[in-house]
Amino acid sequence: MTEPPGPPWALLAELTQACPLRCGYCSNPVELTRRSAELTTDQWSDVFRQAGDLGVVHTHLSGGEPLLRRDLPELVAAADGAGLYTQLVTSGLGLGEGRLAALTGAGLRSVQLSVQHADPSTAEHVAGARSFTAKERAARLVREAGLPLGLNAVLHRANLDDLDGLVRLALDWGADRIELANTQYHGWAARNRAALLPTPAQVERARTRVAFWRARLGDALELVWVAPDLVDATAKPCMGGWGAVSLTVAPDGTVLPCPAAGTLPDLDPPRVQDCRLSWIWRESSAFRAFRGEDWMPEPCRGCALRTVDHGGCRCQAHALTGDAARTDPACRHAPERPLVDALVDGAARTPHPPAYAYREGGP
Amino acid sequence: MTRPPAPPVRAPAPTPWRPVPARGVMLRHDPVRGTDLLLLPERVVVLDGSAGDVLRLCDGVRDMAAVVAELAVRHPGAPVAAEVPEFLHRLRKEGWLR
Repeated sequence: MTEPPGPPWALLAELTQACPLRCGYCSNPVELTRRSAELTTDQWSDVFRQAGDLGVVHTHLSGGEPLLRRDLPELVAAADGAGLYTQLVTSGLGLGEGRLAALTGAGLRSVQLSVQHADPSTAEHVAGARSFTAKERAARLVREAGLPLGLNAVLHRANLDDLDGLVRLALDWGADRIELANTQYHGWAARNRAALLPTPAQVERARTRVAFWRARLGDALELVWVAPDLVDATAKPCMGGWGAVSLTVAPDGTVLPCPAAGTLPDLDPPRVQDCRLSWIWRESSAFRAFRGEDWMPEPCRGCALRTVDHGGCRCQAHALTGDAARTDPACRHAPERPLVDALVDGAARTPHPPAYAYREGGP
Repeated sequence: MTRPPAPPVRAPAPTPWRPVPARGVMLRHDPVRGTDLLLLPERVVVLDGSAGDVLRLCDGVRDMAAVVAELAVRHPGAPVAAEVPEFLHRLRKEGWLR
């Protein structure tokens, strides 16, 4: 019997899956939730209240592009009123002066802005949309409003070699932090795996540059490196453990232990329309499925790494082996690691990766 | 035409630091866990013991001496003069106080 979990710290509120960008690395599902199925303002407000009562202290207002929700200031106010620290995770498109003022007035605390590349045309090629100027402007407005600014850059074959450019962009735009997050191959990104997967040599060079910048910049800019689990042959401590730290509420009210878990076939995740968040967190079969260590197979069960990586990523295990309860094949000790070796070797031997598949049309 | 020389200006005395949480840093009590927290964009700092009570006095109005004096009244005999300034400087270095 797994012992009851402590309260969750964070809520990822996926307000919508609609987005003006069409990034090849998008980890949202291939089939996006339609706008008419999204939770209402009142339903979200109730989610924030329940989350606060449960012990959540942080909420990331994300998507898709959360600015596409016209009621975003009301949602920020509801989350703030529930005692939650609110961070907007945005493409920056649609973040004008008036909108930002309404959001800060409602209690918005910080902004995380996505960037694709330091070179505008490469950035727009990755994003599949005109976006660079809007992002630059959004960054300036956030700084002028005095809010902390973080950048997030998803790393892959087309931008790992210009890590220096991303760091300089963060400095130029006055960011406090940049998250350099290697691609997770979920949802749409899985379709583009061959286009996105970097070579081991690219990863090694980028890692060296991160160390260089950290030594040089000190406290001036926080650099967060989210490791490429497939190339490193090291399972990631996904979500800090299943149902251990945070929960995700999808646009249609589905509650998930991780944003990609909607792809797991037998999870049967509950919805906020049907159940209380506290019951979902503590009791639901979806949140208990891979909580703790009882579910672990060998070699995880007898491995010292299990307390570090919590068995790795369940969604990746399912995507690559067809069984979510297998050891994450990213891990060098996994029986199915040869599957991943073949992918990584394939990338290293491909001089010209294929073109991106872009999403067509909105949800 | 020559201008009259400007009167000599006395260099202003350095203003004492009046600590206050940095922008984007939120201090709150967590009734679920029974502790005080500092919330930052990507981080939660769990405050031990009376750290939260110290930070509640950091309102941008009191200078550090006033914070120490207030705590000395509240906790007679506690080594506040020795420990509190060091604690506050450490938080300033982290960027959590300004």
